[in-house]
Amino acid sequence: MAEKFIELRVKRQVAPGEPAYWEEFKLPYRQNANIISCLMEIQRNPITADGKRTAPVAWESNCLEEVCGACTMVINGKARQSCSALVDNFTQPISLEPMKSFPVVRDLMVDRSKMFEALKRVRAWIPIDGTHDLGPGPRQSPDDQEWMYKLSECMTCGCCMEACPNYNEGTDFIGPAPISQARLFNAHPTGKMHAGERLDVLMQPGGLNECGNAQNCVKVCPKEIPLTTSIADLDRQVTVHALKKAFTK
Amino acid sequence: MQDFIRRNHYLLRRLHSLSGIVPVGGFLLFHLYENAQAMRSPALYNESIRAINSLPMVWVLEVLFIFIPLYFHAIYGIYIAADAKYNVSNYGYGRNWAFFFQRLTGIITLFFVTYHIWHFRFQKLIGAFGTYVGGDSMSGLPSFDIVKAAFANNIVVALYLVGVVAAAYHLCNGVYTFLITWGITIGPKSQRISNVITNAAFVAVSALGIVAVFAFR
Repeated sequence: MAEKFIELRVKRQVAPGEPAYWEEFKLPYRQNANIISCLMEIQRNPITADGKRTAPVAWESNCLEEVCGACTMVINGKARQSCSALVDNFTQPISLEPMKSFPVVRDLMVDRSKMFEALKRVRAWIPIDGTHDLGPGPRQSPDDQEWMYKLSECMTCGCCMEACPNYNEGTDFIGPAPISQARLFNAHPTGKMHAGERLDVLMQPGGLNECGNAQNCVKVCPKEIPLTTSIADLDRQVTVHALKKAFTK
Repeated sequence: MQDFIRRNHYLLRRLHSLSGIVPVGGFLLFHLYENAQAMRSPALYNESIRAINSLPMVWVLEVLFIFIPLYFHAIYGIYIAADAKYNVSNYGYGRNWAFFFQRLTGIITLFFVTYHIWHFRFQKLIGAFGTYVGGDSMSGLPSFDIVKAAFANNIVVALYLVGVVAAAYHLCNGVYTFLITWGITIGPKSQRISNVITNAAFVAVSALGIVAVFAFR
């Protein structure tokens, strides 16, 4: 019986700004292998398919249970977490690329700080710090808690941005995830007090209007967060907000 | 200019969205409906052409409610279409294809409508259909016979068929996204229903346009 292999094609890059190139690897088949275990195998034995010694492939990972988002990369053309990507579910050779929506640090590692800047821009938090105790906040109904909990599961992995055709330098779009977070904090009984500020930000270039309704975000979200519902809900909030502003000024 | 666009980003985007439906989309439906008169009889078609052209200050209506919104929508739309990095080969979902087709049909419709305006409206302006001699005559207007003569050419008919279907798609899918952009259809179920309705509308509007084209053959 012929020996089975796992064939990988990895898009590599030594450093930011350096040219990218592809390298192929052929690993002995292991049952239930995932992409991370393959990358660990390459780390142990960094030999390419044609027998050349190479630098081990760099990647990021942390939780290994699809909760942290750190190991997100483009596998066979689609963005997803590599920890939950089982080799048996992919056609070989499996191609691994860094997400193109973020600057590459090295190989499959990208700098996702753009996303955190976007979260800061939409003020995805609840300001409660002050000089004195403000007491407990208003209560939330269990119904609200339920749908809002879903939004809070976002791990800022970047899949929704990578799949979005309008997330690029041309549009400066902040992406679906930060919009969904703005919805979460606008719905929170205390966060609601700053809803107008978040809506003002979402009306600027790079905000809600960059969405072209391709709706890839909701399809690729590993947490199945209703991102398009969040976008449309904020579309409504912004419509009302803008009309109110225009006629109150 | 760049600065003006940035400062009025929200207003321009919403005007772009609105102008596609009111008045441009509305005019498209009215236009196709009027054309369909040709199916009933050339005389009825000529009668409705004459009625429209005898509206007081019809050119003011044309400039304000058709020409300006149409070309604002089209030119701003080119910027929007140029901004996207299309990725249907990696993410071949239905809505992603619709996103691509919306921009493609927008560009096709822009070229088609510009050609169409030159073909009939501009020719009318320079008097290629004869000169006005009296209120009751069809002279100076694109009468049934003039359209029929132009449509004797198969290439012209092919252009009109492509143009009409592209415009119908752009309008109907545009209504679907309009409903999201303005926050009317929010959840997946309401969007699914509006998707079914706007797809059915695409078939109906296309059929109306195609039937009208063949009425002149």
